[in-house]
Amino acid sequence: MTSPAPEFLASIGLETHVQLRTASKLFCGCARAFGAPPNTLVCPVCLGLPGAMPTVNREAVRLTVRAGLLLDCEIGLRSKFDRKSYFYPDMPKNYQISQYDRPLCIGGKLEIEVGGARKTIRLTRIHLEEDVGKSLHFESSSGVDFNRAGAPLMEIVSEPDLATPDEAMAYLLALKQILVYGGISDANLEEGNVRCDINVSVRPAGATRLGTKAEIKNMNTFKGVHRALTYEIERQIRVLRAGGAIRQETRRWDDAAGRTEAMRSKEDAHDYRYFPEPDLLPIELTAEEVAAWRADLPERPAARRARFVAAYGLPEYDAGVLTAEKAIADYFEAVARACGNFKAASNWVMTEVLRALGERQMDIAQLRVTPAALAALIGLVERKVITMPTAKEVFAHLFERGGDPEAIVKEKGLAQVSDTGAIDALAEAAIAAHPSVAADYRAGKKPALQFLVGQVMKASRGKANPQLAAEALKRKLEG
Amino acid sequence: MNDNETSRTGAVDVAYVARLARLSLTPEETAQFQRQLEDILAYVGQLAALDVEGVEPTAHAVPARNVFREDVARPGLPPEEALANAPSARQGLFIVPKIVE
Repeated sequence: MTSPAPEFLASIGLETHVQLRTASKLFCGCARAFGAPPNTLVCPVCLGLPGAMPTVNREAVRLTVRAGLLLDCEIGLRSKFDRKSYFYPDMPKNYQISQYDRPLCIGGKLEIEVGGARKTIRLTRIHLEEDVGKSLHFESSSGVDFNRAGAPLMEIVSEPDLATPDEAMAYLLALKQILVYGGISDANLEEGNVRCDINVSVRPAGATRLGTKAEIKNMNTFKGVHRALTYEIERQIRVLRAGGAIRQETRRWDDAAGRTEAMRSKEDAHDYRYFPEPDLLPIELTAEEVAAWRADLPERPAARRARFVAAYGLPEYDAGVLTAEKAIADYFEAVARACGNFKAASNWVMTEVLRALGERQMDIAQLRVTPAALAALIGLVERKVITMPTAKEVFAHLFERGGDPEAIVKEKGLAQVSDTGAIDALAEAAIAAHPSVAADYRAGKKPALQFLVGQVMKASRGKANPQLAAEALKRKLEG
Repeated sequence: MNDNETSRTGAVDVAYVARLARLSLTPEETAQFQRQLEDILAYVGQLAALDVEGVEPTAHAVPARNVFREDVARPGLPPEEALANAPSARQGLFIVPKIVE
């Protein structure tokens, strides 16, 4: 989808909140977990009880810096936390501990691809803050669950470089992919691991200054972001066309109604009165520490995709499918290296492995077919020990029970039949059973041979060497 | 303090700050706090006479940094204790007046 009106341009910036993959919360030892009964993962610190003192989770800092390194940010070696005043029942302290002027990561960029065109989206910063609790709304009251309060949250702020809802979607998907690759976040949307605020403005094409922006808060699905943007961009264009002005305000996306509506104007709502958090000491990272973290980074998905094309001779599309998830890419590479047949490895992983996992709704981590076993299976087909249909049967065994393909082939007597005597007998039987097909072939209908080969394969339960079968049939039909 | 109009101009808008802090003040209180806060700012304002060119802003006076805890989860409060001081609780939730945005 492109801009609905070419004479207007949209500028979209996203503030994406991503929960980090830690065992415990940011400032206390309560577990960071989803789905526990309300208020069972809480303590004086995350409940904001007077006198409780926070202590920074080292892993949360490492993961934020890791994200910054993967996104080409500059790492703020001297960083600190600040209090952000915030009155809302989901934040019991009446302030949120965040980072104001000294975030952990500064700048950065993320490359996206939309409709074959690549574009670099600049990042402003990434800072670390605590998540808030969850509110549930009842008829005449609201209830608050603080299990999520204090979970480590990374806020990734982009520059307004995105121009369409499609680009915003591509940005979020690329961001999610890179964070999962890095083991930084599970980025599980169902569990609220990723939430985002949208800043969007439109301006007449040719105008150099950005238009007045509206902010759409608290989006929790990527599809919602796309729909809200599509709606909001059209709304702003409509207002401008009618000679009106856009008000700087916060809007809410009503998913059921499919529209945004004004929540509050920006007047003084955003005076958060930040000041340095007195209960937490500054963070000072050394260049050596950051260098060590940098050396530990995984290959980025885009780089890996390009390498798969170059090193394994895979088509772009295949490389994209295989690198979509790090675990699948790792699995493919292990198989490819073990068997040396990259094309076969890619075919097996893309078709049999992904299909079987999909059918059972399983994750590749649960796969019983080890890379070594799949490589051995590919080798058996290559050396013509077994036929392709047999290989698929062996794969099914491996998928259910694991094990060694050679042992399965031996145990079940699945080795390909290359004994010409046995194949000759099967060929004769096939011809005898289908005289009219044989007559067709003799009359010049060459494709009839395939039917007879199929009969021989069937009679051999897939074990006959198909080439030998075709040769035997030809010999008998033509001889 | 944030670099809002308060510190930049040296003037305090007590009514504005009170509104941000959800405090309701009587006109007398507003005037009193206005005077007191202006006195405090004037006193602290003496620092502005110092030349701090090239000096890093100080967020903390204690010469310590990097106090971390390891990422290990441990049990928190039992739910009944967590909710013990809640003015109202139901189904494990803190009950608050209906939140409207």
